[in-house]
Amino acid sequence: MMQGDTEGKRRKGEGKKFDTRVDFTPMVDMIMLLLTFFMLATTLSKPQTMEIAMPAKDTPKDKGDVAKESDAVTIYLGADNKIYYFLGIPEPETPNFLKETDFSATGLRKLLMDKNIRVVTQVNELKDQKTRLQISQEEYDQKVKELKGSPNTPVVVIKPLDNSNYDNLVSALDEMLIASVGKYAIADLDANDEKMLINSNVQFNVVD
Amino acid sequence: MPKIQVKKKDTWIDMTPMSDVMVLLLTFFMLTSTFLKPEPVTVSTPMSVSEIKIPEVNVLSILISPEGQVFLDLDNQNDRIAVLERMASNYNIQLTDKEKYDFSIATSFGTPIQAFKQFMALDDEQKNEELKLLGIPTDSTDNQFKGWVLAAREVKGKDMVIAIKADSKTPYTAIKDVMSSLQDLKENRYNLITSLREVSTTPTGD
Repeated sequence: MMQGDTEGKRRKGEGKKFDTRVDFTPMVDMIMLLLTFFMLATTLSKPQTMEIAMPAKDTPKDKGDVAKESDAVTIYLGADNKIYYFLGIPEPETPNFLKETDFSATGLRKLLMDKNIRVVTQVNELKDQKTRLQISQEEYDQKVKELKGSPNTPVVVIKPLDNSNYDNLVSALDEMLIASVGKYAIADLDANDEKMLINSNVQFNVVD
Repeated sequence: MPKIQVKKKDTWIDMTPMSDVMVLLLTFFMLTSTFLKPEPVTVSTPMSVSEIKIPEVNVLSILISPEGQVFLDLDNQNDRIAVLERMASNYNIQLTDKEKYDFSIATSFGTPIQAFKQFMALDDEQKNEELKLLGIPTDSTDNQFKGWVLAAREVKGKDMVIAIKADSKTPYTAIKDVMSSLQDLKENRYNLITSLREVSTTPTGD
């Protein structure tokens, strides 16, 4: 009894003073393992998508819907990320009628932005208002849709050539989004297009 | 000369803060991430500024490899079996329950229907190897791709979303085949899967 008292507070019945420190190392090991598993087996980003609507194949072409000459832009997506385009009506017999451009910021984007400058500025203003919470998302969507459908906006026809790749197509569709072009379509080549491409010395078949 | 006394250090390291941080990270990863689905071919999708997210259910995904092979994937096991049964009856193929079950739990599929039975008889490892070489025919003589899409549409109803996932280097001809097949089926709305990029949209920018 006396001995216990002199040694400190370890009295009979009070129990031993335990070390309360718990070794976390095995737990850290486990968590590290799980963490590694989750980092490798999962993906963080949900894939983005681009919604496109293709014209139905069998509907006859509506003549009243033909774009005004000043609004029409036709672009051909060629090999090596090149774009060939013309504005207005096609002239299949004129040699070198097609102009060449690319997917850079000063290429197709500048061309479309310049043609669509009114809509682009207005869409940017709306975007600004949206970020400052002056208009709601619904209002914004509604107004952008109206703007994109308004008259005197460019009508773009995208014609991918057989030697282009999927990236070209998506990039071209992307430029439509960036330049706020509301009216665009993907179309196949017809005889006129082929004549024009030949006259402008553009290779459009897959070379083996 | 007395020896320099090396202090006996306590080697105990407190792991508590470390495990705190790790649990935090783990929780973050578990909550934000989705599991990768194994695909027969790896595709790197092109970049786009579009920020629309793809829905998680009711998606028919069309995977197009850089070589132009076409694979399909569908969620919901029961729907997969129903789609397979439709295809099998169109091509007069008798299937066993095991084949149906194996098909329902597999991921992407892409065998010509004629080779389906032989393919299902392989073991898993061989299947993975073999699948890389196959693909669903999209040519005009025997367009099984149309059959699959049609069957999927009938089973899933009108809410099914079609998503095309193709590699940036896939030639346009392969895409054209798929797109015109879809057009023939009057499936005119679909999604192209892309990854996000940032671009300034001010007219003077860049």
